[in-house]
Amino acid sequence: MAVAGVAITGIGIISSIGKTIEESQHALLSGTHGISRIKNVETKQKERIWVGEIKYSNTELADLLHLPAGHNYTRTAMLGCYAAKAAVDALGGCDMGAYKTGLISSTSVGGMDYTERYFYDYLENPALYPYITTHDAGDSSHKIADYLGIQGLVTTISTACSSAANAIMMGARLIKSGRLDRVVVGGTDALSKFTINGFKTLMILTDELCQPFDQNRKGLNLGEAAAYLVLESEDVVQREHRKPLAYLTGYGNANDAFHQTASSEDGEGAFLAMRKALTVADLAPSDIDYVNAHGTATPNNDLSEGRALQRIFSANMPLFSSTKAFTGHTLAAAAAIEAVFCVLALQKQIIFPNLNFKTQMEELDFSPQTEVCQASLTNVLSNSFGFGGNCSSLIFSKA
Amino acid sequence: MKKSRYINGIGAVTAQGIWRTDFFTESQPLQQAVNAAQQPSYRELISPAMARRMSRGIKMGIYAAQQALDEAQIDIPDAIITGTGLGCSEDSEKFLRNILDNDEEFLTPTAFIQSTHNTVAAQIALRLGCKGYNFTYVNRSVSFESALLDASMQLQDAEATDILVGGVDEVSDHTFRLLQLVGHIKPSDVHETIHDSNSPGANYAESATFFTLSQQKTAYSYCEVQDINLQNKLSQGDLAAFTKEFLERNGLHAGDIDALVLGYNGDKEFDGWYDIFECIFPSIPSIYYKHLIGQCDTSSAFAVATAAKLIREQIIPAIIQRNQVTLDRPLRNVLLYNQFRGEDHSLVLLRSC
Repeated sequence: MAVAGVAITGIGIISSIGKTIEESQHALLSGTHGISRIKNVETKQKERIWVGEIKYSNTELADLLHLPAGHNYTRTAMLGCYAAKAAVDALGGCDMGAYKTGLISSTSVGGMDYTERYFYDYLENPALYPYITTHDAGDSSHKIADYLGIQGLVTTISTACSSAANAIMMGARLIKSGRLDRVVVGGTDALSKFTINGFKTLMILTDELCQPFDQNRKGLNLGEAAAYLVLESEDVVQREHRKPLAYLTGYGNANDAFHQTASSEDGEGAFLAMRKALTVADLAPSDIDYVNAHGTATPNNDLSEGRALQRIFSANMPLFSSTKAFTGHTLAAAAAIEAVFCVLALQKQIIFPNLNFKTQMEELDFSPQTEVCQASLTNVLSNSFGFGGNCSSLIFSKA
Repeated sequence: MKKSRYINGIGAVTAQGIWRTDFFTESQPLQQAVNAAQQPSYRELISPAMARRMSRGIKMGIYAAQQALDEAQIDIPDAIITGTGLGCSEDSEKFLRNILDNDEEFLTPTAFIQSTHNTVAAQIALRLGCKGYNFTYVNRSVSFESALLDASMQLQDAEATDILVGGVDEVSDHTFRLLQLVGHIKPSDVHETIHDSNSPGANYAESATFFTLSQQKTAYSYCEVQDINLQNKLSQGDLAAFTKEFLERNGLHAGDIDALVLGYNGDKEFDGWYDIFECIFPSIPSIYYKHLIGQCDTSSAFAVATAAKLIREQIIPAIIQRNQVTLDRPLRNVLLYNQFRGEDHSLVLLRSC
């Protein structure tokens, strides 16, 4: 039996497989991925890559959010506002001022989507000035806080592809310490030419659909997304008669301290993060019923993560899958959308499949779940790893 | 049982050089719009081949971190937590220029690899072989304070015993030119110190300031970190109530505070926040520091270094005192307040130990 944990009372998501919980769930259950050719970003890599792109233009997103003309919301900020609002709306109308409420958001690109568009034009065109101050990572968090009406502790974490896991972790700790009663946590990242070309120089993008944990995997598909969770203290849960969707019971962060972008061969950082999360949750590896793996489908990640999983679970590897083949790797938002998938898995007692898998990796003695399946799920573990050796694991438990 | 948090080591690389005993007596107020940090020799810490590839922010961070660890006599901390407003701006710009100037061709990965916001914390961990908790906060002028809050919570809850926490921001040409266009930075032809400032915008500078925070008090401890509070939005009318509530939760009243360290940065449009703040307190010494180390999103980390030094030495150097009030009692409780353009407010309470 896990520790009591922190209650998750609202979830919201937008990704290439849907702009609502229902759409996302339908895609996951029907095995429908959201990977396509890129449309909203002008890039020469267009025909060479597949991406998990949200098929709304910035104008359409602004309309969905009812933003006034002349707004300076970047795509990252708009996706964040959209998903965070959905998470808060799931509570059924709540006064953000009623409890000590905070926002811990995360992003890796921040406002880079506009910076790369106007970088030189800014010098010539004062009409573009309002976008200058949207470049930094904190801008999207400010926009989301304003959009939700949150006044209080607002901050942002950026640890590359583990960012949202760390935002969720910090939020949970703020609730546990009593500093906050309620906190909106998650992450947002828009596709940009900057990240597309960055990952291309690292030669970890595939020109096909990605194949997590497959012997012949060739690399990742990038994606864009935002997802947020509302965490509330036990006191708020009681007073507001909430029915928690799930509990966050464990979390751990560790550093691989091996290389700026590559993971160590034995997955030391990942191993330490999972072990810490199990300790915080007071669970044994055998209590974990499903693992939502980081599983980016790069040769390096899947081997390193696979080895770390093998070290934690030995011969008793639970069912596992990577959902990256549905959404692409959504960078700072990845851990947040996968947290939402874990909550859905616990609620529906269903495991979502690892698409595009064909051949077991020769270094591992296990393979991912490739079909939707019913399973009795009490505790599920989600991994997220980022550049800089940043490794994070979260454990979600059934409400 | 809540544990204490002591500042046992400090390190910095600033426009006035590195952290040292005579830091304040050897400092001169800045009067340029954009100021580079005086770079120390990195040879002993970083191999020349690696140093050539690293941006100033990474090097400054590594240097300041090592100074803070050395002073506290800690080899490997349990956690590394940093704050940065603009991150690795130099490498981000470099990679973006390459994309735009060469139409997405002929790109190499180094600048991209080093452009992620957590590069400094990651490089420190890599250098030390530190496999512990490693976080980077990126929220404008509360980036460092977020890191400090995180570190404090971990020490208080006994999740760690020694934590390296710091803030770092570097100057990068294009980004800073854009910040001049929107008036955050003073124009290049304005040469005002904060004391003489009569215009909007601030003098900017790059800096890295790091601390070793520990559960254990040592013979070298500067002071204790009592509490931190962050607030994204606040009205000037609510500043007094916000401050009072913070003091009360620490069992204090305005009269218990012995000195203030304030984030005055010479921006005539927003320095009024600090004038209002001073009025909450009876006549006590008011200290500033950004006239020496400049404005950047994490320069407020230097407020903590300043206050820690004052508490340890019980002397207020004339160059950092803003008002004329003589210190007539021991410096016990020092309160730090910072905001940027009326947003991202932070309060930090330090106490002698």
